[in-house]
Amino acid sequence: MTVKPSYSRPLDIKHGRVDMSHGSGGRAMAQLITELFAAAFDNEYLSQGNDGALLPNVAGRLVMATDSHVVSPLFFAGGDIGSLSVHGTINDVAMMGAQPLYLSAAFILEEGFPLADLKRIALSMARASKEAGVPIVTGDTKVVERGKGDGVFITTTGVGVVREGVVLSGDQAQPCDKILLSGSIGDHGMAILSQREGLSFSAPIVSDSAALHGLVAAMLDSKVKLRVLRDPTRGGLATTLNEIAKQSGVGMMLQESAIVVNQPVEAACEFLGLDPLYVANEGKLVAICAPEDAQRLLDAMRAHPLAANASIIGEVVEDAHGFVQLTTRMGGRRVVDWLAGEQLPRIC
Amino acid sequence: MKYVDEFRNGELAKNIAANIAREANPHGQARSPHPNPDGATSHSTKPSQNDGKVAGYLPAGEEANELLRKVSDNRTYRLMEFCGGHTHAISRYGLVDLLPDSVRLIHGPGCPVCVLPIGRVDQAIRLATDHGVILCTYADTLRVPASDNLSLMRAKAGGADVRMIYSTQDALKIARENPQREVVFLAIGFETTTPPTAVAVKQAAFEGLKNFSILCDHVLTPAAMHAILAVEGGVALDGFIGPAHVSTVIGSKPYEPFADDYGKPVVIAGFEPLDVMQAILMLVRQINDGRAVVENEFTRAVTRYGNLKAQSLVAEVFEVRDTFEWRGLGSVPDSALKLRPAFAAFDAELKFGVDYVAVPDNKACECAAILRGQKRPQECKIFGTVCTPDNPIGSCMVSSEGACAAHYSYGRFRV
Repeated sequence: MTVKPSYSRPLDIKHGRVDMSHGSGGRAMAQLITELFAAAFDNEYLSQGNDGALLPNVAGRLVMATDSHVVSPLFFAGGDIGSLSVHGTINDVAMMGAQPLYLSAAFILEEGFPLADLKRIALSMARASKEAGVPIVTGDTKVVERGKGDGVFITTTGVGVVREGVVLSGDQAQPCDKILLSGSIGDHGMAILSQREGLSFSAPIVSDSAALHGLVAAMLDSKVKLRVLRDPTRGGLATTLNEIAKQSGVGMMLQESAIVVNQPVEAACEFLGLDPLYVANEGKLVAICAPEDAQRLLDAMRAHPLAANASIIGEVVEDAHGFVQLTTRMGGRRVVDWLAGEQLPRIC
Repeated sequence: MKYVDEFRNGELAKNIAANIAREANPHGQARSPHPNPDGATSHSTKPSQNDGKVAGYLPAGEEANELLRKVSDNRTYRLMEFCGGHTHAISRYGLVDLLPDSVRLIHGPGCPVCVLPIGRVDQAIRLATDHGVILCTYADTLRVPASDNLSLMRAKAGGADVRMIYSTQDALKIARENPQREVVFLAIGFETTTPPTAVAVKQAAFEGLKNFSILCDHVLTPAAMHAILAVEGGVALDGFIGPAHVSTVIGSKPYEPFADDYGKPVVIAGFEPLDVMQAILMLVRQINDGRAVVENEFTRAVTRYGNLKAQSLVAEVFEVRDTFEWRGLGSVPDSALKLRPAFAAFDAELKFGVDYVAVPDNKACECAAILRGQKRPQECKIFGTVCTPDNPIGSCMVSSEGACAAHYSYGRFRV
């Protein structure tokens, strides 16, 4: 008698589905991780095969950020939950002025989720992480029963290192500072919403999902005194600016005419009764700097492909109430408030 | 956006604003060193060609004298924009900043969710919780406060099957896909949203869709305007900015009694900022001339008789209720619709026996006075403290079309 070499049939990616055994800790889980995730993310740290990744020394202050991703639909114009989960966390690290170094990824899979879709997501994450130069070095997988998840949830955590002398924080905005925005707003949120609601427009709306650490590096290289960086994701530009105003104890005055909204996005918002100022972005940033540096910073941003449409959208003002205000195209003024509840379409 | 952008042109808005300022406040203008700034006699203030109603004006000097004769020094213009759509446009574009102090805009009750009384939302919640129906509703109805600290959104979080839809067709689709479940559409809104409900009911009847019904809370604009004007010692109003979308359906004729019987000018206006500005100018001119007629600024969509096809469709499916309770206005006769007996099978009130139970509003809430234009949001004690858009007590704080929410979200810096 000879001992048979251990053999396991490869995953049936084409027709297979996630089942409870893929989260049980047994052979099926090991196989899923090896054939699907590890194969896609392949790097020297992940292939150590241990419970955690052992990483080399770094010089400098560390930044760590985490972000959970739940999005419906999972695949949308301009990306999918995979690329989004890589970009989102890289951007959170980058907004601290850090160079992102490593990512972790944790998956919560719903029983019955097609393996083909899972592979597509894993490959998309791998591509995004490779393009950004930030490897996924450790991860985890859990499976929940059918009906207890929404296909797949992904949580990513990122670690980065801040260069010497850089201190960015939401509480540093000062009156007279200038507020810069890296490009058009509302693209991601409206790409998702128009696809979810089956709305189609003459020009398709494509998510702006992108990793912004390259842009941030270029901005830091311009040697301006940056005070605040933040990516206006959930809640949109309005929410981000209100957060900063609150943290810094200041007000803001914006110019509506300086804020770029792509036409299909504007049309979709109009149609659904939404305000693009509150719609999510995944590849844009807001920067606040001293007034004398604003032009130099703007030039540096515009020189980068991800901020070619950057503009100075307003300035920080003294305001005990912390109001973010806007001068409309009509020449009137209004408050740009925190979002109340969820943004819901109006009736008539 | 091609046809919308031209109605949001800031330069044109400034031109109209200059005309309003000059004509609504000629004494102030006359005292200023330059009573007739450039372009003051230009009437090319609107992009469309429907400007025929704007009379040709006298040359600058005589025109100014004429205005000074007509308009007394302390003349004010209290104009009610009936519709929430206008309230929203005024707030969102900051139009108040473009108007002289003598022109005051009063937010009217034309916000569908704002006028929905607590008892009506309770009915919908009862349907979803006690009768286990799938309750379909337009979006901003979800947050309207109801009894027991509930709202449809909170009922949903508590397990009720409440679904946000964009059109009545979505509700029909849900009914077709869930034959074993009862599906109720919460039909609210003014005349704009009534025809789609009528279509859905007829379609359901045609298809024999037995698990579909509606909770009919459709209300009528002219009845509400009557109620505002009929209030004894009521609000001092000089004119109305008439509804945009509602008027596309009902036409401009139903407003004629407000001009003829009550002597109040009405100018029907579109929902774009330039429409609103132009309508204000037209109202100021009527008031200065001592005229009271129905004028139509929104000629690109509104005719005198409206959409006859939609009207006959609505008349086929609905009849007028004897009375209906409005939040703020109380019981208003002939102000709402119910299904005709022929369509009784689709009436959720009958089907499930959920009677309307009137529930008094929160005592501190001034929604009633605000909806009638007697108080401003900032005059309510709980405005901005207990009652905020995140935690609305009164219905005016719910929708961004509501007077309180609009003022809170967009105009809080104004005293």
